[in-house]
Amino acid sequence: MLHAPSTSIRAKTPLLTLSGISKGFPGVRALAGVALEIFPGEVTALIGENGAGKSTLVKILTGIYQPDAGTIRLGGAEVSFRAAHDAAAAGITAIHQETVLFDELSVAENIFLGHAPRSRFGLIDWPAMRRNAAALLDRIGARIAPETRLRDLGLASRHLVAIARALSVEARIVIMDEPTASLSHKEIAELYELIERLKAEGKAILFISHKFEEIFRISDRYCVFRDGECVGGGMTAETDHNELVRLMVGRSVDQIFPKTAAEIGAPVLSVSGYSHPTEFEDIGFELRRGEILGFYGLIGAGRSEIMQALFGITRASSGTLRIDGKAARIRTPAEAIAQGIVYVPEERGQQGTIAGLPIFQNITLPSLAKTSRAGFIRLAEEFALAREYTARLNLRAAALDRDVGTLSGGNQQKVVIAKWLATRPKIIILDEPTKGVDIGSKAAIHAFMSELAARGLSIIMVSSEIPEILGMSDRVIVMREGRIVASLPREGLGAEMLVRAAAGIREAA
Amino acid sequence: MMARLLKSREALLAGAIALLLALVSWRFPGFVAPENLARIFNDTAILIILALGQTAVILTRCIDLSMAANLALCGMVAAMLNAAAPGIPVGALLALAILTGAALGAINGALVWQLGIPPIVVTLGTLTIYRGLIFVLSGGEWVNAHQMSEPFKDFARAELLGLPVLSWIAFLVVAAMAVLMTRAPLGRAFYAVGGNPTAAIYAGIDVGRTRFAAFTLAGAIAGLSGYLWVSRYAVAYVDIAAGFELDIIAACVIGGISIAGGIGSVGGAVLGALFLGLIKNALPVVNVSPFWQLAISGTAIIIAVVANARAEGRARRIILRKAEVLA
Ligand SMILES: Nc1ncnc2c1ncn2[C@@H]1O[C@H](COP(=O)(O)OP(=O)(O)OP(=O)(O)O)[C@@H](O)[C@H]1O
Ligand SMILES: [Mg+2]
Repeated sequence: MLHAPSTSIRAKTPLLTLSGISKGFPGVRALAGVALEIFPGEVTALIGENGAGKSTLVKILTGIYQPDAGTIRLGGAEVSFRAAHDAAAAGITAIHQETVLFDELSVAENIFLGHAPRSRFGLIDWPAMRRNAAALLDRIGARIAPETRLRDLGLASRHLVAIARALSVEARIVIMDEPTASLSHKEIAELYELIERLKAEGKAILFISHKFEEIFRISDRYCVFRDGECVGGGMTAETDHNELVRLMVGRSVDQIFPKTAAEIGAPVLSVSGYSHPTEFEDIGFELRRGEILGFYGLIGAGRSEIMQALFGITRASSGTLRIDGKAARIRTPAEAIAQGIVYVPEERGQQGTIAGLPIFQNITLPSLAKTSRAGFIRLAEEFALAREYTARLNLRAAALDRDVGTLSGGNQQKVVIAKWLATRPKIIILDEPTKGVDIGSKAAIHAFMSELAARGLSIIMVSSEIPEILGMSDRVIVMREGRIVASLPREGLGAEMLVRAAAGIREAA
Repeated sequence: MMARLLKSREALLAGAIALLLALVSWRFPGFVAPENLARIFNDTAILIILALGQTAVILTRCIDLSMAANLALCGMVAAMLNAAAPGIPVGALLALAILTGAALGAINGALVWQLGIPPIVVTLGTLTIYRGLIFVLSGGEWVNAHQMSEPFKDFARAELLGLPVLSWIAFLVVAAMAVLMTRAPLGRAFYAVGGNPTAAIYAGIDVGRTRFAAFTLAGAIAGLSGYLWVSRYAVAYVDIAAGFELDIIAACVIGGISIAGGIGSVGGAVLGALFLGLIKNALPVVNVSPFWQLAISGTAIIIAVVANARAEGRARRIILRKAEVLA
């Protein structure tokens, strides 16, 4: 169903041609007859709402899932991938949305696991492996030593390792499933450069993203997914933002972040002299009632680390904390929750959802006291609570009693947000709240945040997305290398200012 | 989806039990007579109770190898006290056995929680220590039936509405555990801690404390079973229930409790224990030699593990399959 009106398209022959690809899961039709062509030396953007079937297609192209129907042609010949290594052998590599790497292994081992360079005797050639890893990391502009153990890396660095891993195999087709979701603008810029180089080398790139600016910036072609079908496609240069949104959602979505003016009240959280031996130093700020306080910075600036300390996951070595003007101590997450502070972590897979538990139980886990009477959980109330919050956040699920692991990436993110909002906190810390969330749901989340702020909730929002920071925050704190370098009011705030402050470039006086 | 999957897994197990019953009754119709079934249930009651304690522990991604040793130690304490002071009422001895068991389980839990030693290592150690303690206490002597008071021996065997008290206690424990697992926040915490410990921490659940609670609960259950065991068999010695820890774990595994934690149900554990109990009772009836009895029980365990691994693979495909990409 690919619409291909332009003449320039016919000049080229596609490298990969999909037709009639279908895939179902119990109770869900993830893909329904997808047709798609991918061309060498071009970036094809795949866009669509959360749960539209994008990642499922990626998994079919990499041999992780097998399609129920349809054909895959590679350079004209029909192929079928029965396992991941079949696809790799055919020259298809992918950066998956959820990266699964090995915590206890080094970066180099993670990159080359399964295809490590061998010495003459068939043993792993460690020096070569380290060299190659260093070269790959350098190529993507990642400053990570190949010997580092993976567990010591933050989320963004892990993601860079996953990118390096995908590039470590010789491939003709490179698939990227939301590669920029966990990166800050600096790494993203490097990734764009890398994509340009791959294009120049004649590789075909399939690029999945929810961010419209980047789709227009780097893609040559696009294909819009809705409910497992390709509902429109063509040359990116011949379309515009509104058309894409209309194809995706079936209606137009207000792109402007709807932070409404809320009455800013008394301070609810004051932090001063907050320090950690290795992560951050001398952090001081004040959060007021009804305020949305943005935290901006590059990856590794220490934003998530401060939030984890505030939530009692780690301990600060010094500093004082005041909640509603009274000195407070938080040593465990349970204490934080008891004082009305909750934290929506950035890494939903490990820190957010519990696979094996149904969706509704994931949501009510920290609210069980509220859904219980006399120590017994009341299932009906549990369900009602889960339903209320998932409806507000546009969750797309076949049923709330399904295993949370069957949800698409963006929908899992919504489960994690719903889980914490359902506790009705006083202060909510949102770490990259709309990462991997589609445009319609993003607007819904932002609207909900505004509404909560207007009702007197105080919000700390850690975000690497400049438009989100600019649109939603009443005040922005910029961090760099574990320190606060600027605290800027909403008025007169611009992207340039943020980027300069985060990078440590002084304004020309 | 998980609930549905479990339901079907339990249905499968119930089907296997029905099939087994049908096969045996085809040759020996007396086997399925109500009295005989009640007898088999009563025979399996202690295994059922213990399997439920183990279920709590396994759900939190731990394992308790010391349950049978704990049982033996608590049984010995109760039996020796009864022999020395027959005047102590049975209720007090029962409570004492439960408390002793809970304390022993709490030791396991504390070692896992505070020192961070892997549960398998901790309980392998305490298994030997608890057995050793029985020897120290009893000097290797037996406590025989004639040394026990009548009420002490009668407790488990007394009949109530046509069923022995032992069976009634099993029903009670099953009901209590079912409520705990599905309706109490602690039960939910067991699942959360085993399913994803990191996310559980972020949800404000204290992983160590939850595991401690699971071990203490399993210990209390072992203590209860200790008294029931010596009362029913009217004898206590160092080696009672030796090796029984493996039967307990086997019952859980057959019942679909995932050793990786986070998945399983009370119903599954009960059916797993019943299945094992049925095999043990049925095979001698159809004249299968003891060697083959062991081999058949073993085969049943492996089949169950394979079936469960398949079912889990489906439930967790997203994670498992992705790991394969890297492998
Ligand atoms: N293993 C699975 N079992 C059951 N359902 C699944 C499974 N994997 C995906 N699904 C379902 O298939 C549909 C498509 O999911 P997919 O992950 O492809 O979405 P997506 O387009 O990548 O979304 P997102 O933007 O949120 O990443 C969803 O409804 C999802 O719930
Ligand atoms: Mg996806």
